[in-house]
Amino acid sequence: MKVIYTDVLVIGGGLAGLRIAIGARRRGHDALILSLVPAKRSHSKAAQGGMQASLGNVIKGQGDNEDVHFEDTVRGSDWGADQQVVRMFVNTAPKAVRELAAWGVPWSRVRKGDRTVIINGQKVTITERDEAHGLISQRDFGGTKKWRTCHVSDGTGHAMLQAVADQAIASGVPVHERTEALALIHDGSRCYGAVVRDLITGELTAYVAKATAIATGGAGRLYRVTTNAVICEGIGAALALETGVAALGNMEAVQFHPTGIFPAGILVTEGCRGDGGLLRDASGHRFMPDYEPEKKELASRDVVSRRMEEHIRKGNGAKSRFGEHLWLDITLLGEKHVKTQLREVYEICQSFLGTDPTRDFIAVRPAQHYTMGGVRTKPTGESPTLRGLFAAGEAACWDMHGFNRLGGNSVAETVVAGMIVGEFIADFIESPKGEIDIPMALVREAVEAERARLDALLGGAGTERADALKIEMQQIMTDKVGIFRTGADLEEAVHRLQGLLVRSRSIGLRNHVDGPNPELVTAYRTQKMLKVALCIATGALTRTESRGAHFREDFPQRDDAHWLKRTLATWKDPSDTLPCLAYEPLDVLSMELPPGWRGYGAKNYVDHPDTARRAEELEQLRERLQGADRHKVQAEIMPYEHLLPARFRGRNERIDEKLP
Amino acid sequence: MSDPAANPAAAAAATAAAGPPRKLRFHVLRHDPRDPHSVPHTEVFEIEEAAGMTLFIALNEIRENLDASLAFDFVCRAGICGSCGMVVNGRPGLACRTLTQDLPQDITLAPLPAFELIADLSVNTGKWMRGMSERLETWVHSLENDPDLRRIEAPMDPELADRIYELDRCIECGCCVAACGTARMREDFVGAVGLNKIARFALDPRDARTDADFYELVGNDDGVFGCMTLLGCHDVCPKNLPLQTQIAFLRRRMAREGAG
Repeated sequence: MKVIYTDVLVIGGGLAGLRIAIGARRRGHDALILSLVPAKRSHSKAAQGGMQASLGNVIKGQGDNEDVHFEDTVRGSDWGADQQVVRMFVNTAPKAVRELAAWGVPWSRVRKGDRTVIINGQKVTITERDEAHGLISQRDFGGTKKWRTCHVSDGTGHAMLQAVADQAIASGVPVHERTEALALIHDGSRCYGAVVRDLITGELTAYVAKATAIATGGAGRLYRVTTNAVICEGIGAALALETGVAALGNMEAVQFHPTGIFPAGILVTEGCRGDGGLLRDASGHRFMPDYEPEKKELASRDVVSRRMEEHIRKGNGAKSRFGEHLWLDITLLGEKHVKTQLREVYEICQSFLGTDPTRDFIAVRPAQHYTMGGVRTKPTGESPTLRGLFAAGEAACWDMHGFNRLGGNSVAETVVAGMIVGEFIADFIESPKGEIDIPMALVREAVEAERARLDALLGGAGTERADALKIEMQQIMTDKVGIFRTGADLEEAVHRLQGLLVRSRSIGLRNHVDGPNPELVTAYRTQKMLKVALCIATGALTRTESRGAHFREDFPQRDDAHWLKRTLATWKDPSDTLPCLAYEPLDVLSMELPPGWRGYGAKNYVDHPDTARRAEELEQLRERLQGADRHKVQAEIMPYEHLLPARFRGRNERIDEKLP
Repeated sequence: MSDPAANPAAAAAATAAAGPPRKLRFHVLRHDPRDPHSVPHTEVFEIEEAAGMTLFIALNEIRENLDASLAFDFVCRAGICGSCGMVVNGRPGLACRTLTQDLPQDITLAPLPAFELIADLSVNTGKWMRGMSERLETWVHSLENDPDLRRIEAPMDPELADRIYELDRCIECGCCVAACGTARMREDFVGAVGLNKIARFALDPRDARTDADFYELVGNDDGVFGCMTLLGCHDVCPKNLPLQTQIAFLRRRMAREGAG
């Protein structure tokens, strides 16, 4: 048996995983990354429009700060988020942008003086301040009160990933490319690493580590139509789930991005609308103001996606041979803007549609985009139920997005969570909890169990086709567990997915090579994906309310009285066909921002019994502290700074908020 | 204002729908170097063309319906991750954004040369790129070790930031290396990808390295002086990076440094 030992085993080579490894290295620990693909090809690269951080450099961002970013994020989450975690995030995001600037990310910068921008379809001249010249620029995004999204043209994730991956190389972090974790090694209370398959040779190796971090991104490929890369199959979540101990949080919270190119689902950034692009229907009518007079095209993604589908249902979609869609119009932004600030969009339209977005509308329809749920963790990133297992980024539910994530908060979360969780992993390793006696028998048994599973697939007598099962699962998820959900559809989905899961236990292969064998990979991944799909579908069926991206046509109200709680899914026994669901209530009495109306979308909710009391408490507290500085008020209402690693505490400087 | 009906993609789809779809013949180079019995050979797969079909769609269809063992690499399928470089009818390019409607009925696919072959159309560009990055130290060598992250960031000229991004757009797909005459003769040649990175860091004021430092990295025949200016790299770069000017510029600077 081949065994590799390290201090920190990071599963996933995207931004979150890389940043964890760099953090651990800088604290003097060994870290090793497993990645399905070369790190720079990870899906973090696909983030286009930018990363939210309240720098407030541009004039339309003036007055922005952590408080505003906090409120936007909590409203965006439809009060599903952990508000302390949101606070940790918004205070660290400016530091993350500035760290990346020092690492060479070529952030787009502010030019002083007048410039013409498009706001609400009109040309407007705004004047940037002299003192902002050369500082990092921000653009507008959905669901935000200020222009807060820092960006590198529209290749933000690309530029960030390039810089962070190169920093990992500089730090001497090995990336074992083309390797895949098949199972976590654990004894029911402590995680010891993972059993890993080499995707080129097929060889199995046990990677044994003091701490193991899952940073594998989202699960978009559970759906037929998604913006996600082909490697985003939710395998990290499945690894945690299959321990039977670690839980997945809020898996039913799945985001659909309003502007996937139709029909391929390739993303065009929210920056298109942030920069002034409009949504139009078959007749060319700009329809969003009819539904959302306040935020129009720039309501949160869950709201815009629902409005678009609603508008198509009313018969206003443009018809094509692939079905109906709507139009994204960025022609009004002008050729120069599109070719400099939206150049990836320009290239994508040229390559995939053969159209010129400076002249033609772009065919779009909402497509699966983001997995708010994931491996449930504490604010440190550690699983509350499996010691030594950590998770960060899209793979995790720690939980800053609740039931809907704001655009620009995801790529920001990857690096922020990487910074924070990297420090906590180092703390863990340096503490007595981090010490391990390696149970070699357990390691060997784990490797043997995976060997046996693979041999059963390679040599077994199964007759089911893996790719057929996978495609059927994707179709069920897109048709029945999508933007608009009903009890009847979800029941059917759960039933059919259970059937597929049972059939997936009898997969047979046509190709029996144990080296580079794409069919084998599809086979074992499909078995895992079906379990994650069942967590989503059962979570959605059970949650009889509508919150954020989870919308039940039969229960259209947000029901804080019964459902202000996080879903926790575990998979108790490998032979089960359904997850066990449990619920973790959110405490209204400790919230900084008690539940209310989001400021966009339907004004339709049932209050939690504690909401009025908490609102009153806060009112009195604010009255008492009238005139005190905002940091002091915040600390009185909901202290959080003690939750941050010491090196990331502290205020953030802005043009209008100088530090001494 | 654009008229949706005049949308060229819709028009193309309509035209394609009018006639019977083409039968595409894919001539794919197959080989598994780890299998002692494997001999490199070409296999032909026939599939029916569909509207808007890319090589990503076509290859997946072949794998789903005709040969489950066919090896190839895709990740983003949107032209941004650089995974799917391959030689398409003799020219290196990104398969995911190559539309079959732009190709003849017979399509020849081969793995990128100059990289270690994994199997069929899959090559190990990641290993090559990591080696190049380690050799050329493709990261900002900061003046300041531990900047105070609470403070306002250092300003940068907006034009300069845009110019750095222009060179930073490289996706390390390997097409430039596959199209390079020197790379075929010199195993350790850093390729246009490596030279472009040096040009990128030389442009970046946050990087403390001088021309003398860069000369140590690329001032030889495995670096900028190995380039024979055939410039296949410039012709095939899927991101249209200005490789020609960057290599010329770097050569002049390195020649001056070497003479200095």
